[in-house]
Amino acid sequence: MFKQSIKKLFPDRAHQLSFLILAVVLLVGIPLFCDSFRLNMAAKYLSLAFAAVGLVICWGYGGILSLGQAAFWGIGGYCMAAFLKLEAARNIAMEQGSDQIKALTTVGLPDFMDWNQITELPRLWYPFKSFPLTMICLLVVPGLIAYLLGNAIFKRRVNGVYFAIITQALCWLMEILFVTSQGLTGGINGITDLRTCLGWDIQSDSAHNILYFLTALLLLGSILLSKRVLHSKMGKILVAIRDMEDRVRFSGYDVSNFKVFAFAFAAVISAIGGALFSLNVGFMSPKLVTIEPSIYMVIFCALGGRRSLIGAVYGTLIVCLGRTFLSEKFPELWMFIMGGIFILTTVVCSDGLAGLVEQYGSRLWNFIKKYTRIDVLLAKISPRLTLSKEQS
Amino acid sequence: MQGFAGLSQFSVFLLMALGLAIIFGQMKVINMAHGEFLTAGAYTTVVISDLVTKYCPSLLPYYFIFAIIMAFVVAFLLGYLVEFMLVRHLYHRALDTLLATWGVSMIMQQGFRFIFGGREDSAILPEWLMGSWSPTDTIDIPLNGLFLLGTSIVMTLLVAFLMHRSRWGLNVRATVQNREMANAVGINTKKVDRVTFALGCGIAGIAGAVFTTIGSVSPAAGSLYIVDTFIVVVFGGAGSLLGTVLAAFSIAQSQSILEFFLSGVLAKVWVLAIVVGILMIKPQGLIANRVRK
Repeated sequence: MFKQSIKKLFPDRAHQLSFLILAVVLLVGIPLFCDSFRLNMAAKYLSLAFAAVGLVICWGYGGILSLGQAAFWGIGGYCMAAFLKLEAARNIAMEQGSDQIKALTTVGLPDFMDWNQITELPRLWYPFKSFPLTMICLLVVPGLIAYLLGNAIFKRRVNGVYFAIITQALCWLMEILFVTSQGLTGGINGITDLRTCLGWDIQSDSAHNILYFLTALLLLGSILLSKRVLHSKMGKILVAIRDMEDRVRFSGYDVSNFKVFAFAFAAVISAIGGALFSLNVGFMSPKLVTIEPSIYMVIFCALGGRRSLIGAVYGTLIVCLGRTFLSEKFPELWMFIMGGIFILTTVVCSDGLAGLVEQYGSRLWNFIKKYTRIDVLLAKISPRLTLSKEQS
Repeated sequence: MQGFAGLSQFSVFLLMALGLAIIFGQMKVINMAHGEFLTAGAYTTVVISDLVTKYCPSLLPYYFIFAIIMAFVVAFLLGYLVEFMLVRHLYHRALDTLLATWGVSMIMQQGFRFIFGGREDSAILPEWLMGSWSPTDTIDIPLNGLFLLGTSIVMTLLVAFLMHRSRWGLNVRATVQNREMANAVGINTKKVDRVTFALGCGIAGIAGAVFTTIGSVSPAAGSLYIVDTFIVVVFGGAGSLLGTVLAAFSIAQSQSILEFFLSGVLAKVWVLAIVVGILMIKPQGLIANRVRK
């Protein structure tokens, strides 16, 4: 039973191996070499990788390029942040129980609402009073939005380029809405100063460590789930749609439903990442919900290999690491390098790093195997040495 | 007044969209670096205006015409280079042009920052562009706005003439419709592609030169317009010049009228939402080319 399900997820040894390597890198490698500050940074990157994993499904396999993935990622993030903010507000109200403060501010209301002269909790915030409802919201809301949007767009047979531009416009729209409705979302500052989750201090070092492992495990889990989807019949039809949409349609399938599913699935996976970002970093801002981060997400996915779920994680890590370290040391060069990466990955290797590994990986492996076998190596270096050994 | 604000917004949209209507509408290349070609044109104008004020101030009233031509030439050459080095490898992969040209736009932006510094720059306006024209006591129309409107109308007519009445336009349309056939009847399609792309970029350069009359230039100036411009072109129906004009006009006017009632940002939200809604009903845009598929 167990063996069978593994076989279903990983058709060959190479896939199995690459997933194992990723798991070891995430769960052992990174924690071994990082202190808790770095680990928190890595968790931040990994929560962005969720969006890249989502994009592999809808772009790499479904052929639907969404340039608004950050919007879904951000909805998840804002849901989580709203819950944490309410809790923070309640805590502050408990601490400062004096009547004087009660007279000045409304008890249990987030601080930015006070600044915007809102005296009552807005209706939209009611679900975020309870933890389970927040969890449901952050999964269902982005999924539902993607479902409705996808239905409206794909039923009209809007194709790739137009879809990309429409999602870009929607992402922009979302950012404007987040920025302008200050009383609801904290405006341009976003939702900041998140400290506890269910009474657990999320800014402490131990919390950072635990949250990192939570993020990594959930990421591995969502990769497995995506693999399960892609290896099912559904995934195969998705690939067929990408390659020859008309033929699938003429075979009697309702093409749009499959596309809507891929789009919504990607949105939900991204939203999980956004929620984890809020938990890990302790704030959410509209700057993270715009077009630019969306494009970065696409490039994570493109660099790692648009058809490789595992590659997407590496792509994210590489770009984010590069951005953090290079932009500190050579802020002027970094943009040139980034642009170069965009161009090279699209023109030279459109399958990204995963494509390169697939092409040269086995050759490299054989090469290493050939030259690391000690007897062969010795024989190459000095044939006489081995001969003399045998003689003696 | 509100109507005229809409008109100048319309000219901005139209000038930006003209180049894109050729590149995206005809060639189906998603040029995310379009805004940067505009910035290149604007910087050319700034540099020329600086040179003229330094070395021969007596020419100041006339330099602007020369600057527009130079802006076209610079942007044209840059576009030619980008097509030759990058875009021609990607014609059969429309979505990949988006990523690659985004990379180009990052590199160009950083290049501007490298050469001109991060601060805002502006060109010196010739005197005949300053001041305003007042037909009655209550109406006061700024001259640079009129100049902008005039340029966008002239450019539109020029592009329309080029596309529909000239030999070259015929070649472009033939190439777009059926590349193999066009090749077979002796059209050098590679050259047509290259010149078309470069021409679209050149028009963006002209737009940039004209924009220096209404605002200052910064390295990221072009990227502010790019989403708007794409929406204008898509909304109008890619490939239709008339559609582009209509879309630019309706979006600009409805935005400036809505701004009268709402705040500027909310007006933008409404207009965007309406445009996206209409695009869902009419995915081909306002004026669609009737093509059998």
